[in-house]
Amino acid sequence: MNYQWSWAAFNDLSPDGVHTYLQTLVIGAGWTIALAAGAYTFALLLGSVVGVMRTVDSKIARGIGATYVELFRNVPLLVQMFLWYFVLPELLPKALGTAMKQMQQPWGQFFPALLCLGFYGTARIAETVRSGIRSLRTGQQQASLALGLSGFQAYRFVILPQAFRIVVPPLTSELMATIKYSSVAMTIGLLELTGAARSMQEFSFHIFEAFSAATIMYFAINSVVVYGLMLVERRISVPSSGRSSAAPALSMTETGQS
Amino acid sequence: MPISRLHEIVAALPYLFETGMTFSLTLTALAAALGLMLGTLLALCRLSKSRLLSLPATLYVNGMRSVPLLLVIFWFYFLAPYIGAWIEHSPTPVQIGAYRSAVITFSLFESAYFCEIMRAGIASISRGQTHAALALGLTARQTMIMVVLPQALRNMTPALLTRVITLFQDTSLVYVLSMTDFFGAANDVASRDGSIVQMYLLAAVVYFAICFTASNFVKSFGTARHAH
Repeated sequence: MNYQWSWAAFNDLSPDGVHTYLQTLVIGAGWTIALAAGAYTFALLLGSVVGVMRTVDSKIARGIGATYVELFRNVPLLVQMFLWYFVLPELLPKALGTAMKQMQQPWGQFFPALLCLGFYGTARIAETVRSGIRSLRTGQQQASLALGLSGFQAYRFVILPQAFRIVVPPLTSELMATIKYSSVAMTIGLLELTGAARSMQEFSFHIFEAFSAATIMYFAINSVVVYGLMLVERRISVPSSGRSSAAPALSMTETGQS
Repeated sequence: MPISRLHEIVAALPYLFETGMTFSLTLTALAAALGLMLGTLLALCRLSKSRLLSLPATLYVNGMRSVPLLLVIFWFYFLAPYIGAWIEHSPTPVQIGAYRSAVITFSLFESAYFCEIMRAGIASISRGQTHAALALGLTARQTMIMVVLPQALRNMTPALLTRVITLFQDTSLVYVLSMTDFFGAANDVASRDGSIVQMYLLAAVVYFAICFTASNFVKSFGTARHAH
């Protein structure tokens, strides 16, 4: 019961011989942000497409959308991460697989992690977008079609602008969830924030300094995201479009994965 | 796939399921039960009028929900021996074992998420229920335990079960503590036999089958309940 807390540990040189432990943690936070931002952008774009696919008339499109979501939601993120990193290069044509395995140090882990988190987030965002579209009255679509808009135009100008505004709160929590589950990338060796803290703990034995610093950095990143998205939300929210209609979307993501 | 490889997989199945899957399911069940209990208490604290109760509960829940599960797993794994030493007044750290550490970690972590679900559940019960119960002469505590909570629990069952499925998937993260859950077992076999591709794909298929079945069950459960 005698743990030696030492602030000086952050100034010690890390095993890479160039950076101090504090610097490795900050670099780790940078990787976390880059990974989460990249994966979230990817997921937002593809997730909107898949989400729309689940609401159109075409049975085939709906089937593909549903299959995609079920496939990616029902396999643990860790397993998906290992599939992208270890299994995919083995299944690809030999030249491509070798090229993937020989990618340079952080990028060789970063890209599989980015793809993994992006495709995983796509399934979750697709569900959110779908619930947003579902929460609009069908009259909206019928009215736009009656006005002579094509199906595409109805989505582009009438349905999606409203649906996206309704689902801004769940999309916000999705970004925070992406930051959190980007930590799973440490299992394939990417030194993002959790990985950097783990590595500091392993080499310096300053266990609690390392994890405290990482915790504080996660809090800081979260606070910035919450505040930034609050501003976005305030700018684009529709004053009259009721929160009540967004309730199903909210409660759905509440139960989402951490 | 060569026949010998298929044979290897079949030979590994008892280990995967008897050791690995049993561990995953036990951990899920224990963490779900303990987490739900603690989560309900936290929800009551958060809804309490007393700041002394609501503030710490709010800080705890928001704190837990803003850090990754992996970080919490590490935190508790390394912190537990010191807490053990503190409780037992022992001069040296007390080993509490990876298994117990995992159960406590997942319970503590999940309780924050269960709390939010239960809070929404309690809020979904109309005020009239509380007023009527109080008018009938029940105390505030009886009202909560006998009238509000049972209904909240029933309303929130689909959300709670969905969360348990997520918890089941998350238990695979005990991999970082080198524990033998289902995925850990698959990983053991993969590195022993050099059958990474087969084992990881098998793990994915098994997880998918279980979670897909379970979530469809939850879905049908939800619609059956609404039909009444």
